Amino acid sequence: MQPRSLYDKLWDAHVVQEESDGTALLYIDRQLVHEVTSPQAFEGLKLADRKPWRLDTLLATPDHNVPTTARTAGNAGIVDPISRTQVETLDANCADFGITEFKIDDLRQGIVHVIGPEQGFTQPGMTLVCGDSHTSTHGAFGALAFGIGTSEVEHVLATQCLWMKKARAMQVLVDGALSPGITAKDIALAVIGQIGTAGGTGYAIEFAGSAIRALSMEGRMTLCNMAIEAGARAGMVAVDDKTVAYMRGRPYSPAGALWDQAVAYWRTLVSDADARFDSVVRLDAAAIKPQVTWGTSPEMVLPVDGCVPDPKDAPNPVKKSDWERALLYMGLSANMPISEIDVDKVFIGSCTNSRIEDLREAAAVVKGRSVASNIRLALVVPGSGLVKQQAEAEGLDKIFRAAGFEWREPGCSMCLAMNADRLEPGERCASTSNRNFEGRQGQGGRTHLVSPAMAAAAAVFGHFVDIREVM
Amino acid sequence: MRPFTRVEGLVAPLDRANVDTDAIIPKQFLKSIKRTGFGPNAFDEWRYLDRGEPGMDNGARPLNPDFVLNQARYQGASVLLARENFGCGSSREHAPWALEDYGFRALIAPSYADIFYNNCFKNGLLPIMLPAEIVDRLFQETLAAPGYKLVVDLAAQTVTTPNGAVFVFDVDAERKNRLLNGLDDISLTLQHTGKIQAYEARRKLEAPWLFV
Ligand code: SF4
Repeated sequence: MQPRSLYDKLWDAHVVQEESDGTALLYIDRQLVHEVTSPQAFEGLKLADRKPWRLDTLLATPDHNVPTTARTAGNAGIVDPISRTQVETLDANCADFGITEFKIDDLRQGIVHVIGPEQGFTQPGMTLVCGDSHTSTHGAFGALAFGIGTSEVEHVLATQCLWMKKARAMQVLVDGALSPGITAKDIALAVIGQIGTAGGTGYAIEFAGSAIRALSMEGRMTLCNMAIEAGARAGMVAVDDKTVAYMRGRPYSPAGALWDQAVAYWRTLVSDADARFDSVVRLDAAAIKPQVTWGTSPEMVLPVDGCVPDPKDAPNPVKKSDWERALLYMGLSANMPISEIDVDKVFIGSCTNSRIEDLREAAAVVKGRSVASNIRLALVVPGSGLVKQQAEAEGLDKIFRAAGFEWREPGCSMCLAMNADRLEPGERCASTSNRNFEGRQGQGGRTHLVSPAMAAAAAVFGHFVDIREVM
Repeated sequence: MRPFTRVEGLVAPLDRANVDTDAIIPKQFLKSIKRTGFGPNAFDEWRYLDRGEPGMDNGARPLNPDFVLNQARYQGASVLLARENFGCGSSREHAPWALEDYGFRALIAPSYADIFYNNCFKNGLLPIMLPAEIVDRLFQETLAAPGYKLVVDLAAQTVTTPNGAVFVFDVDAERKNRLLNGLDDISLTLQHTGKIQAYEARRKLEAPWLFV
């Protein structure tokens, strides 16, 4: 048999039917559902008098619209009536169809991409989809996971399948050891800086190399989460001991004899030694510095010791006008050192960086310090109720609160500002989220993407600092 | 889904690269539980001078005179000319819904983000990919000639300019067929029910933990 990549193996295992032009009907093992991209899909099902194909493959939770302040009032606590309707619509649809849902006041509620792995709902070898582009996160488990649109949400609900063409395979090889203080987020941003936001378009990316093996599962999730920001629908990491150890004992993980059988299969989910990739990108882990985005696209990124670029130096006219527009929007001038950029708000959260390890990294920087006087708001939003509970058990909430951070309830929050947490026009934010698009965190808001430790340091110093110098 | 066969339409040029889905339809409009009505809020942050919220009377809002789609000569455009990596960002299908509801039937750009590209086909919107030099030429011609129209013929896979230049584009045969006929994906897939069930039976033996 020909050597196969991890992607080949995942793909082959799920083909129900293949057409002569290479289009395949792919079986989907799991679907996560949230309130924003599902109402029109459920409406479609009802109109056509259809039912979900397999209820046991579905798990739903509201995350985008939920407030991050007290949850005691349940849905009634959602002030915006349109947001509330959307969450209530999800509840009603889940009740009507019999879908398991972690509702707003459930301890297990959280961002879909945090709760899937946390519950063991996400497993190696699965195909997993969600009406959300950051579904690539789940590829960290050696799974094929990707975001889909609402029509496809309905299609998977109704048929358990999707029509797809196989993507090309890209390997991103990161070898060597990261410097202390450098995280998976910095790797992700450095990769995007190198290949651009369209560099992965049409590809499924496998992250490999010694630096990736050394990452925790949380770090791998952060990395795969941002595969979509490089244009790739799916990112993935091969299964190893860490993957298996993470899976053990989770509520949805296989147990007993099935556990052993599953693990034996999971162990095969690695690329064969001479598997073929259509493209290979190499990075030297030791050379990666703390990354900060300066513009309005994740590819507009620099090491913290760099200076904002000068449009005069742009490689072509399209880039030049992009850079000019980005500088204007971001309120920055060319050649300004990144370390001199002051921030107004700090956001630690999102499906990229709201897991327990992220909160620990940020808390380690904050401990014994306080938030700088120019910071108007510093927010920590855990990714799920269980992450929050764990962090509280470790006393992290106290560290953040003592320093002047606000400690909130789980949800997407200021990652995209569909709830009340947002930037005001002109406000500048150090954010651990994944998108720095114009208006993403609130109209006119200015986002700089960084790691949790870098965001924490920006909160303490009031501007960007090199985390390696303050640890 | 509305079938797409042949469209002769006024062209509007949106001259920026990496136009993301947050720009196409800002997130506050994602709170709707409907599929329609997103058109007045397409490109909301660029199009209006005030901050858009769901439920506003869009007709009464101040328009941004500098935004290209607001220019009189582009009113009624049904073909959108764009730059590389159009539609990057989120998976929100609200982006093609908004473009379609605005009145666009076809998009022309050198490249698109994958999920967005896929979503367009599900909504009767044809995303055409042409080489960057040709897109560049179309931008120049559009800017130079008010009332500039293109003819998009899906069956023939061609874009024809007013002076008769013809550009051929690629499109996946299956997608083309569905779009030409406005076919419903789900009922087509359900014709394969037997195969899906056979796959499940097989998979259950190999990987029973996936079925508990
Ligand atoms: S945290 Fe942000 S990126 Fe992640 S699912 Fe929520 S809105 Fe999307």
